[in-house]
Amino acid sequence: MDKFDILTAIAAPLPEENIDTDKIIPARFLKTTKRSGLGKSAFYSWRYDENGKEREEFVLNREPYRQAEILVTYENFGCGSSREHAPWALLDFGIRCVIAPSFADIFFNNSFKNGILPIRLPREICEQLVEDTKMGANAKLTINLEKQEIIRPNGEKISFEVDPLRRQLLLDGLDDIGQTLQHVKSIDDFEEKRKQNQPWYPKVSAEKLSS
Amino acid sequence: MKARTLFDKLWDSHVVEQLPDGTAILYIDRHLIHEVTSPQAFEGLRMAGRKIHNPEAMMAVIDHNVPTTDRSKPIEEDDSRQQIEALEHNVKEFGVPFIPLQSDKQGIIHVVGPEEGITLPGMTIVCGDSHTSTHGAFGALAFGIGTSEVEHVMATQTLLQKPAKNLKIEINGTLRPGMSAKDVVLAVIGHIGTAGGTGHVIEFTGSVIRNLDMAGRMTVCNMAIEGGARSGLIAPDEVTFEYIKGRPNAPQGADFDAAVGYWKSLASDEGAHYDKVITINVDNLEPMVTWGTSPEDVLPITGNIPDPALLKDESQRLRKQRMLDYMDLKIGTPIAGTKIDAVFIGSCTNSRLEDLRAAAHVLKGKKIANHVWALVVPGSGVIKKQAEAEGLDKIFIDAGFEWREAGCSMCLAMNPDRLKPGQRCASTSNRNFEDRQGPGGRTHLVSPAMAAAAAVKGELTDVREMI
Ligand code: SF4
Repeated sequence: MDKFDILTAIAAPLPEENIDTDKIIPARFLKTTKRSGLGKSAFYSWRYDENGKEREEFVLNREPYRQAEILVTYENFGCGSSREHAPWALLDFGIRCVIAPSFADIFFNNSFKNGILPIRLPREICEQLVEDTKMGANAKLTINLEKQEIIRPNGEKISFEVDPLRRQLLLDGLDDIGQTLQHVKSIDDFEEKRKQNQPWYPKVSAEKLSS
Repeated sequence: MKARTLFDKLWDSHVVEQLPDGTAILYIDRHLIHEVTSPQAFEGLRMAGRKIHNPEAMMAVIDHNVPTTDRSKPIEEDDSRQQIEALEHNVKEFGVPFIPLQSDKQGIIHVVGPEEGITLPGMTIVCGDSHTSTHGAFGALAFGIGTSEVEHVMATQTLLQKPAKNLKIEINGTLRPGMSAKDVVLAVIGHIGTAGGTGHVIEFTGSVIRNLDMAGRMTVCNMAIEGGARSGLIAPDEVTFEYIKGRPNAPQGADFDAAVGYWKSLASDEGAHYDKVITINVDNLEPMVTWGTSPEDVLPITGNIPDPALLKDESQRLRKQRMLDYMDLKIGTPIAGTKIDAVFIGSCTNSRLEDLRAAAHVLKGKKIANHVWALVVPGSGVIKKQAEAEGLDKIFIDAGFEWREAGCSMCLAMNPDRLKPGQRCASTSNRNFEDRQGPGGRTHLVSPAMAAAAAVKGELTDVREMI
């Protein structure tokens, strides 16, 4: 997972409530065997017409928002099915941070697991940030996770809350796996002890499976 | 020392480290994988440049997507084929023990694990599949996980977990002829509801459980998940040890004896604390059948379709009414006599040799109704061969059933075996959700014997009148 410390990037507005995981990535893309490559199908029904042609009017199809790494949206983002394909699709599109008044629980947790920072801020502030995003190429926000603040294009600072453990994992670029691997010595010790106490628990033998 | 439950013992013996927030790093002994929920986990490892901590704790098999007809032909559906090819490629790259599609041992992962002696008492066992609870029948802590967790186990051989609560369900009495483990577990789910086990691991005890063979115990634990539980558990005993003895991947000789010594110590201690205890008597149990689109909507075959108007809760009432519409059933009519179009005998709930015997016993010398399409899908290639050696295949084929290759098949209809919209099926599987067996399909969950009886009569019927 890439580290998340200071991100200065284009922010794109999606000023709507209840954007569900079906909108973020429709069910028909779930039979994939990959988590990468979903970015081109993110927000499919908004981005493409019936013939699969890009809709010019959709914000993420326009410059500079094609380069957006931050989304500003409204209440209950990521509701609906628990599919982890939703954060996978956003990340693959290039999104590292989503700002909204509230998020659906599972999506919120899945985001951290995949290196995306979800930030909860009051609706009025989200509305101001949506205004900021309209400044085109100047629609850049800076997210400083260490200091827990957002810097608006006019230099004003907005502070935000984040769970300390989650914050540390993002700053270190560690996902859950990376965090657990910090305990790898304990895991190895446990395995060793088990081998001594219960030596009769066999390994799975590929050979025996094929005979 | 404090009296502990079977769950407590399994938990305690696998905690690697206790984290400050109450989460434990829990060691995982066995990680079973199949083609549907593993590809992104392998990809994640690859992207992060990580290795599998212990490939020899794993076993992979293809089951969800496979055709159950002629296997020599290429698989037609693109996305199914790609998932299968991805698994074949991944197990090679990462060195994971694998049963290929062409092997006689191929079958449903929850059938193959125990059959090969990979599932053993005292273990923690996970799989990216909710019916992993099946393996709890051996006194192993077994539960389903999501794709991120699959990757976590691959990379670390552990999971981050909080302990579950203990629920004991004691089942006593004597099962009358014609009744099986499936009827017992359907009755249990009808009793506790689909959310009754939420947050708990259910330990099944009592004389009925003790008297069940391993196939029956697996049927019960398999469906614990339909009662909302994380997992089902049954303490290992002589029946368990007898089943395991001599299985290819089980400990052998002196190792086996040492293992049994340990496994005997796993049973819950006298006076151990359970958060909840439920006692059920089955003396008067009748064959069970579901009428709705959730496994808790279950009736004895002698019952009538219930009236949702009697429910107090408005949202419940609407939900049940919607079910009746979907299932196209009439309030107050007997469930017996409901005409069916299809019969499916299979799935990790009821596709073992004992299940096939029970169905064949009913079918022997009979023919299925003309309008019925009936499938038997053995749980594994091994079971298929054993059944053929006993002549069960002939009984099924003579009766008019199709005798198929092993796989998940019409349990979830990811392969070409599926109902047409509006078709009604008596099925030995575990979920009667809308569209589960094919878009618009209608599912009635029953035991293997009941499914066979339904095939013969062409309608839901009381198997006791046929044996
Ligand atoms: S048989 Fe059904 S329930 Fe069992 S693993 Fe296959 S799809 Fe899942």
